[in-house]
Amino acid sequence: MNDLDFESWVCPLPLRDYPKIVLGHGGGGKLSNELVENLFVPAFSNETLDKLSDSASLDVAELLKDGGRLSYSTDSFVVQPLFFRGGNIGNLAVNGTVNDVAMAGAKPVYLSCGFIIEEGFEVESLGKIVNTMGEQARLAEVQIVTGDTKVVDKGKGDGLFINTSGIGVIPKDVNLAPNLAQPGDVVIVSGEIGLHGIAIMSEREGLEFDAPVESDCANLNFLIEEMLEVTKEIRVIRDPTRGGIASALNEIAKSSNVGIVLEDSKIPVPQTVRSACELLGLDPFYVANEGKLLAIVPREKSEEMLETMQKNEFGKESAIIGEVVEQNSGMVVAKTGIGGTRVVDMQLGEQLPRIC
Amino acid sequence: MKYLEEFRDPELAKKLLDEIKAVTTKDWAIMEVCGGQTHSIIRNGIDQLLPDEIELIHGPGCPVCVTPLELIDKALAIAATPNVIFCSFGDMLRVPGSDKDLFRIKSEGGDIRTVYSPLDALKFARENPDKEVVFFGVGFETTAPANAMAVFQAKEQGIENFSMLVSHVLVPPAIAAIMESPTNRVQAFLAAGHVCSIMGYEQYPPLSEKYKVPIIVTGFEPLDVLEGIRRAVIQLENGKFETENAYQRIVTSEGNTAAQKMLESVFETKDRAWRGIGVIPESGWSLSENYRDFDAEYKFNVTDIETHESPLCKSGEVLQGTIKPHECPAFGKECTPRKPLGATMVSSEGACAAYYNYGRFAATAK
Repeated sequence: MNDLDFESWVCPLPLRDYPKIVLGHGGGGKLSNELVENLFVPAFSNETLDKLSDSASLDVAELLKDGGRLSYSTDSFVVQPLFFRGGNIGNLAVNGTVNDVAMAGAKPVYLSCGFIIEEGFEVESLGKIVNTMGEQARLAEVQIVTGDTKVVDKGKGDGLFINTSGIGVIPKDVNLAPNLAQPGDVVIVSGEIGLHGIAIMSEREGLEFDAPVESDCANLNFLIEEMLEVTKEIRVIRDPTRGGIASALNEIAKSSNVGIVLEDSKIPVPQTVRSACELLGLDPFYVANEGKLLAIVPREKSEEMLETMQKNEFGKESAIIGEVVEQNSGMVVAKTGIGGTRVVDMQLGEQLPRIC
Repeated sequence: MKYLEEFRDPELAKKLLDEIKAVTTKDWAIMEVCGGQTHSIIRNGIDQLLPDEIELIHGPGCPVCVTPLELIDKALAIAATPNVIFCSFGDMLRVPGSDKDLFRIKSEGGDIRTVYSPLDALKFARENPDKEVVFFGVGFETTAPANAMAVFQAKEQGIENFSMLVSHVLVPPAIAAIMESPTNRVQAFLAAGHVCSIMGYEQYPPLSEKYKVPIIVTGFEPLDVLEGIRRAVIQLENGKFETENAYQRIVTSEGNTAAQKMLESVFETKDRAWRGIGVIPESGWSLSENYRDFDAEYKFNVTDIETHESPLCKSGEVLQGTIKPHECPAFGKECTPRKPLGATMVSSEGACAAYYNYGRFAATAK
């Protein structure tokens, strides 16, 4: 999925005169224009953006002509390090919002992006990130139609922050919401959990593994489209990003006033993630994912759903991991490997590594 | 994974549980000393699988829970000092002091960093010669050698801007204190395997003998814990009181002698206050005279700290096993994991937090 060649990216002239971002790049003058014309437009190029208007003009009536609704979402990206195994902040900025829009069952169409850049940031790094964003947008078949750049004084930012917003179209008869899970439904996860969080953390802590963990960052909109073709009766789809599957499932259990029972042994946790979590004192259920979804589906459709998901490149390791029940309303519990039960609680804030 | 999956095998777990059921004829109260064991018990649901006769009492072996309030307040005062980089293990960040925690200090501008090793803090000190770097050295005998090593290296390398706020506590004096408490209910101990990997277990047979109590050196995986319980119950049912090593793949009788040598040279034994329990004689370590220059308590003037514990919190009685968490009047009302009054509600291995989570489940399951 990630065959982008960062190394071969060359910043086009005349930006080369400034190997680092200066305050003027955000000032709205000539330097800003050069950044837009030589860096953003070539990377993102599409009909709407290329007009370089102050705002994108979009034909919403055309988008909604079949009676759908708009899905609209925004997300900000402040990851450190900016480059990690399996991608960079650009992958997250595009796919994060594409996925948020798609989780409502929508087909994502347009994105906006805002860059807050710290003075002194390498233009070359910015170029790599922006190029990644262009590539990812093309893969997800969305257009980045408007954007903004601000430069803040050195020390006032952490290299680069990106915000993206996205618009998508929810087809007329699709209705997904976190309060629609029903007792008897089945919980499906689209693949191995914990990869993104561990990739970032091992980068931060300087951990090396025999098989390095790569972020799973990916766009899930086509997988969701295929899932909706199996049945429009899917109740909920969520992406278990920050807070991991534990937090996402707790939110569903609370909104739907149902209990969720997971089977520890059925949850796909890669060996590397398991080892890293043991080492770092973390629980994989709470570790972030960037290319996975959780779906609550009616039991009678679950087998067919699983088969369809497993055919998609981002759903190959999909698995049924639990069920929705009437008991323990608002709670998630897991049946443990040795036959006990534990509560999988909502995480309060950041996951804190244990001392012993 | 080697040495992990093998000790989580469901078939073997069932066999051990069957054996425990077969030998149990009376009510027994067994204390698992270490928070890591409590964590494993809760995470694997072991407590629900045991026969009703066996009660597990969660012991005081959670550094988050027993670090005295005074020291937390000292940590907060040091961390709020300008020009200080304050380094800590992750789960100390949310422990409530008298009126704040380290997260609050961080949000108010304190430079607080989570590290996995005290040697990382030493690295910060080397890289930031114009800053004072302080490491919060808490924990039992297990975390002590790395902390000792950091101070030792700081002295060897002359890194003068490094210091440590030390609050180490020791298991054997705590076992003695629990057995001597007039309200004690504990009949057997699962000793903390990792502590014994450092210290060995030569200190335990005299305790077994003196207090007529079985002590089983126990590991942390589900099968380890079950095996520890099985051996404890067999001794109890047969009226025996011996120290046994059920964690032979890690623990030897003499322990890690190189680490012990390091500990001896860096630390000295002293009386230590345990949060919620009180002062236990000779139950802790602090930096010895030779390393005074690296002792943050001396370096920063934090001696006149006034502490005030919530009058509602009964964590001391919980830690000694005299009341169950839900018998505390504040439990689940004034005191929840979101707004903990005492440290036992903070850590995932704190008895109150564990009960809070499991209790809600048990109540709705009925």
